[in-house]
Amino acid sequence: MSLDTVARAEREPDAVQPFADLGLKADEYERIRGILGRRPTSSELAMYSVMWSEHCSYKSSKVHLRQFGEKSPDSQALMVGIGENAGVVDIGDGWAVTFKIESHNHPSYVEPYQGAATGVGGIVRDIMSMGARPIAVMDALRFGPLDAPDTRRVLPGVVAGIGGYGNCLGLPNIGGEVAFDPSYLGNPLVNALCIGAMRHEDIHLASATGVGNLVVLYGARTGGDGIGGVSVLASQAFTEGGPAKRPSVQVGDPFMEKLLIEATLDVLRAGLVEGIQDLGGAGISCATSELASNGEGGMHVWLDRVLLRDPSLVPEEILMSESQERMCAIVRPANLSAFLDHCAKWDVEAVVIGEVNDSGRLTVDWHGERIVDVPPRSVAHDGPVYRRPFDRPAWQDGLQADDPTALARPSSPEELRATLLDLVGSANLASKSWVTDQYDRYVQGNTVLAQPEDAGMVRVDERTGRGVAVSTDCNGRFAKLDPYAGAQLALAESYRNVCVTGAKPLAVTNCLNFGSPQDPAVMWQFAEAVRGLADGCLALGIPVTGGNVSFYNQTGDTAILPTPVVGVLGVIEDVRRRVRSDWGTGPARIYLLGATHDEFGGSQWAHHVHGHLGGLPPRLDLAVEQRLGKILVEAAAAGMLLAAHDLSDGGLAQGLVEMAISSGTGARCQIPPGLDPFVFLFSESASRAIVVPEPNFEASFLDLCQAAGLPTTRVGEVSPHGATLEFEGLFAVGLAELARVHHAALPAVLDDPA
Amino acid sequence: MRIGIVTFPGSLDDRDAARAVAIAGAEPVMLWHGESDLRGVHAVVLPGGFSYGDYLRCGAISRFAPIMTPIVEQAGDGLPVLGICNGFQILCESHLLPGALTRNASRHFICRDQHLRIEDTTSDWTCAYAPGQQITIPLKNGEGCYVADDRTLDELEGTGRVIARYLQVNPNGSRLDIAGIRNERGNVVGLMPHPEHAVESLTGPGVDGLGFFASVLQSLLSRARP
Repeated sequence: MSLDTVARAEREPDAVQPFADLGLKADEYERIRGILGRRPTSSELAMYSVMWSEHCSYKSSKVHLRQFGEKSPDSQALMVGIGENAGVVDIGDGWAVTFKIESHNHPSYVEPYQGAATGVGGIVRDIMSMGARPIAVMDALRFGPLDAPDTRRVLPGVVAGIGGYGNCLGLPNIGGEVAFDPSYLGNPLVNALCIGAMRHEDIHLASATGVGNLVVLYGARTGGDGIGGVSVLASQAFTEGGPAKRPSVQVGDPFMEKLLIEATLDVLRAGLVEGIQDLGGAGISCATSELASNGEGGMHVWLDRVLLRDPSLVPEEILMSESQERMCAIVRPANLSAFLDHCAKWDVEAVVIGEVNDSGRLTVDWHGERIVDVPPRSVAHDGPVYRRPFDRPAWQDGLQADDPTALARPSSPEELRATLLDLVGSANLASKSWVTDQYDRYVQGNTVLAQPEDAGMVRVDERTGRGVAVSTDCNGRFAKLDPYAGAQLALAESYRNVCVTGAKPLAVTNCLNFGSPQDPAVMWQFAEAVRGLADGCLALGIPVTGGNVSFYNQTGDTAILPTPVVGVLGVIEDVRRRVRSDWGTGPARIYLLGATHDEFGGSQWAHHVHGHLGGLPPRLDLAVEQRLGKILVEAAAAGMLLAAHDLSDGGLAQGLVEMAISSGTGARCQIPPGLDPFVFLFSESASRAIVVPEPNFEASFLDLCQAAGLPTTRVGEVSPHGATLEFEGLFAVGLAELARVHHAALPAVLDDPA
Repeated sequence: MRIGIVTFPGSLDDRDAARAVAIAGAEPVMLWHGESDLRGVHAVVLPGGFSYGDYLRCGAISRFAPIMTPIVEQAGDGLPVLGICNGFQILCESHLLPGALTRNASRHFICRDQHLRIEDTTSDWTCAYAPGQQITIPLKNGEGCYVADDRTLDELEGTGRVIARYLQVNPNGSRLDIAGIRNERGNVVGLMPHPEHAVESLTGPGVDGLGFFASVLQSLLSRARP
């Protein structure tokens, strides 16, 4: 079949096109015909189909996501808001940071190693496309039950992929999450986060400005990987028998990515770049249409100039290819040779594929024939928008009525001790060092905190010690019980994790993982979670700067737990003031900040011990959360805190155990009179933290809490050189036993060759 | 004192090594793999990383980099050279040190704070430590299992050329718990763990790694004042 050109589309207006096979609906196809005033060429059809896909266009989520902008709090710190590749926040002293989290869920299930690896690669390029130097990565991972056979396939592959790719880039992996739930068995969640730093003046936007400027494609050559639905077009063109099967999972080359990072940082530093865009989903289609749409409005591309790994690729495939490790830069003609020199230094291939103009059209030629002539905005930004029906599911009332108070609770000292050990060694609460020890957390020499601390922290400025802390969190069980509250609880926990390290929260990113948007119950969960998160961010005064939506995470009709993973970024003026969870060797007093209620809905105890999910999640008062955070940050800056630790999954008991293990020092604790030991130890009430004040500052710290109306409870004392965690009058556990149980859970399953 | 740090394509810990050199009180000089001029440096560090992606045997391509010619040449004349992790692998591939580094016994990449015992303090890179001193520095590698034939191992052991050994845990299955070795003269040292990540207590497990950089300064100064 010969080339489908614009001329031919005009000549043969009635040619039948496989729009449905490309995922476009009949009305969407008609809309494209309306925009163009003719049928699209096969190349145009390919471009629209991928750019109007759920993944690229956010067509089902857009109407809800608008709230992040509409409810955005006034923030002095926000420099570039939602809408760009990643938002940018001012952290002071002329420094800016950008951060974003993105899902790579489906590829990671199909091919765990490459799926996870390319997830890291993609988010790193996203950060570079803002002009930032990537400074750290994190991952929020969720799998099926630890002992399920498929988890043993998926988890080690994902971890090896993140490590294999990430370790090769020279970016420290400073934390994240690993959680297990049966709902993720057929839909693991792999959410990758990257943080970048830059000087204010170095912020670059993805826009093609300056008529006559050149469009340079650089990095890896373009191959046939990740083409997906477009093979439908290719197969119609080339084969009689059946569609050409192109692998739809991309294969990563971390060495090329490392060279791409270095070359990109060089050209940015040298001031040779007017606009820059990474190539991820939808490849050249996405990059050129977005750059043109954000800039002067016009661009011409000579598609035959693209360097190919496979010379048999047809234009439609080149436009759609999702080959990894590629970037696109807008460069002034006068700077081109210097740009190419920097690329050559790093053995990175680069070629001019186009030019910026003011035609208002994105035009693409293939060996002198016009194959694309479209308004770029119609491709990149004016895709369809759906108001999908959403409905609170009928089962929600029953779920919330199924209160955990009916569950049998441990009461004797022996039962409480056994419960504590059982939880400490449960998959969700056990040490994740089997995972995190496969990641390089030291490279770059600026890692101040990494797993298992509450948040990761890196130094941005070696001279002043200014740094940032980042945490991600979500308890999907809370979100299932109440998606609005669950999203806010995820936000609150992430916020608190940043505060306990001494950093002041500034901005929010999110990765919203849900089932099918065509299921009104799922769409309701999504709508509620977004509303909750937007309201929560407004209340806490920190804006959402970007994020990602992943739908269709379900097996058959069963969706995953709604999982709005929330990342919070904070700034700390001097990382030497950071607070760790290690309480030293004592003596010092241990305090619980915040109030504890009888709250077990969605708790780790109900989940692990009873396999129960029902009732309501813990109540959350964001004003209290904000007061707690403010005190933690102020006290850290004043040097008042020896140690601090967020309380969440597993409650106070888990928090004390983690602090005792990390410091290698025991403690003697008391249950306050009149309180039920089980509730005190295992409730997951929100807005709480364990704090160990520096003995000299204990009184002034308590005054600070009292002035803020924040409840404090004396929990116990760090035992100088003690080796047991003791709850007076109840039970004691040796640190050695705690550490053994805590560390054994993952290796026991994952190192077992069976 | 000027200490050169070589950047190969895929080097990762080059900036960290430069920071460690500066903290130790010397002047770091960045050297590019494609050049063949050592710019008058008094010692050289081959840093950690994944040069050329380690897609072939680790270090197998880097040993052919133009910069390696003067390094191998001057190492023969006594230029102190420290290869860390990937640098150690490059030194073995260059035959400046015997043996090879293979895939960890666990077959996983491992990042941990590793206890070591300094076994030999006669080398240019360990002379500031006390014999038998126990230190903790980060270890992070996927291919850090040191292997050599029995004769070589006997010779290394017999001539005191094992400069550091893993304590408590052998993280990668290295023969004789070897973490680092030196050449006969003691100017070339290969070390799997990363001393450059233990030069500030804020960002590492302590400052035990500084001794390697202090050692070479001490050794260079004693050469300057015989």
